[in-house]
Amino acid sequence: MSSSIAISGVDRIYTDTDGRAVQALKSVDLDIKSGEFISLIGPSGCGKTTLLRLIAGLDRPQNGQLSIDGKKITGVDPERGYVFQQGSLFPWLDIEHNIAYGLRARGKLKNSRKKVGEYISMVGLEGFEKSYPHQISGGMAQRVAIARALINDPKALLLDEPMGALDSFTRADLQDKLLELWKEKGTTMILVTHDIDEAIYLSDRIVIMTPRPGKISRVIDVDLPRPRHRGGVGFLAMRKSILELFELAQAQPQPEYVI
Amino acid sequence: MSTATVKLSSAVKENSSDRPKTVWDYKNNTFLLLKILFTVSGFIIAIIVNIFFPQKAAVELKNYGVSIASAVIGLTINDVYRAILVGLIAIYAFSGIRSFADTSDRKRYCKNAAFRFALGIALAIWDIGGTKLQVFAQPFFPGPAQVCEAYLADGKYIVQNMLYSLRLYGAGFSCGVLLGVGTGILIGWFPKVYYWVFPVLKITGVVPAVAWMPFALTLLPNSFTAAVFLIVICAWFQIAFLTAQGIQSTPKQNYEAARILGSSTPDLIFHVAIPHAMPDIFTGISSANAMAFTTLVMSEMLGQPGGLGYYINQSKVWSAYYKVLAAIVIMAVLFSLINHIIGRIKKHTLRWQEGVVKK
Repeated sequence: MSSSIAISGVDRIYTDTDGRAVQALKSVDLDIKSGEFISLIGPSGCGKTTLLRLIAGLDRPQNGQLSIDGKKITGVDPERGYVFQQGSLFPWLDIEHNIAYGLRARGKLKNSRKKVGEYISMVGLEGFEKSYPHQISGGMAQRVAIARALINDPKALLLDEPMGALDSFTRADLQDKLLELWKEKGTTMILVTHDIDEAIYLSDRIVIMTPRPGKISRVIDVDLPRPRHRGGVGFLAMRKSILELFELAQAQPQPEYVI
Repeated sequence: MSTATVKLSSAVKENSSDRPKTVWDYKNNTFLLLKILFTVSGFIIAIIVNIFFPQKAAVELKNYGVSIASAVIGLTINDVYRAILVGLIAIYAFSGIRSFADTSDRKRYCKNAAFRFALGIALAIWDIGGTKLQVFAQPFFPGPAQVCEAYLADGKYIVQNMLYSLRLYGAGFSCGVLLGVGTGILIGWFPKVYYWVFPVLKITGVVPAVAWMPFALTLLPNSFTAAVFLIVICAWFQIAFLTAQGIQSTPKQNYEAARILGSSTPDLIFHVAIPHAMPDIFTGISSANAMAFTTLVMSEMLGQPGGLGYYINQSKVWSAYYKVLAAIVIMAVLFSLINHIIGRIKKHTLRWQEGVVKK
């Protein structure tokens, strides 16, 4: 199950604590194909999380329109799952009940109790059903968050730096898990990250965003064959070209000092 | 450097030639057994003192007929005192034997041994100074056996008053908790309710509940409902205050995650906000509980036809201070028991916090 998402002419302006207007997003256009794995990448303040929250329906744009399968996005919907950076698990529920939350909230738990067990083993957390979130590691907690989002069978999964707080080994592990789940479910994946390697390793396309005001500066097709090799020639070449893009994008006149 | 190495190796040799040393602490069975003996020996000394220390002061050792299973047995105050001591010995011996099974229980039991021993010795000294010699000012400081006389003379009456107190407390506190949690949720969730109700709560909340007594006694149909009313308001404000605080401090991300997963608004209240507020709700309940005891006893002393506070007041009129002490002992036990039950419920409800919050 997957769906396409269309974003056209989206503006989002915040008012900060001093009452000044901050343009978080400026005329953003993007079409995400059904079943695509797409990454939003850029330095902090470029509006990538803002864009993700708009797609989720947690926030509304001032101008422009977002739609999913031709339907306008007006609010949150379980058909668009969301994985937060960290700490979004309910600390008072054990792992099993955290994962089952969506089913219970939509009144579907009775008919699909078995599904909870399936999703627990899908993310490799058998034996931790009765543990509470504070008793498990950060990587396990993010796997719970992913299983919790996927149990609602979303057509699109929105991931807000889900691996940002993890060490590099756990991160690589979770990236492979995510690819595995994507292949299995075919869900449209939208990943916000600041890790270039992660974006290249996972995505079909990489959206590069720049700050002040937040906008899309480039969209790059990653046409490397899967499974990808993190040290492969194509991989490294792409990495280099993206890094160069960022340096260009951030190039500002530097003061010169002559001694 | 070389000498140090030599020393180290010789030390290793000595150790390895030794047998594994038995550690002399709570893990050792003999040690624990001795600790059990130590614990109960204080109370045994108290019994020996009670039996063999000569009764110098003129204390009437009246024989009370107590009917147990259709037979009437004559009991003196010393018999009851000794029976209580034997009971304490049995309880501590039993808990000591039970602690053999669990390491943390063993440790705790051994730690408490000295205090419990001292308790027995203190009872013995009190017995000598109070009942036996009457060196303390009388009638204010009767001995432990004399306090037991209240249970012999007034046993049934004390139980009646205790049940009255319990009924009052139960009715008042349970209403207070329900109202407190209810209003707390409304204040915490709806900004409008917060705006209009919270200031009222904040200002009236600092007034001790007993200050409302004149109104309660005149406006409510009987003194029982008046006392219930006082306990209700003393619990209500405290609990509502903390419940509201707990609801308001729920992280926004928890709500967002729940909404995306399909939660409706009532679902957000009952499955996100209230579980998050639970620790605060229990903090409110614990502190309100202490205030409820105060309000309970005060209102009983000032205008109730029964209850332990009433019993204290009535005994004071007759200068029967041993009865006052007897009632105080019952209060201590009863209120500790209620605290313990609330603590158990709290521990069970907040088991997800175990290991998160430093104890």
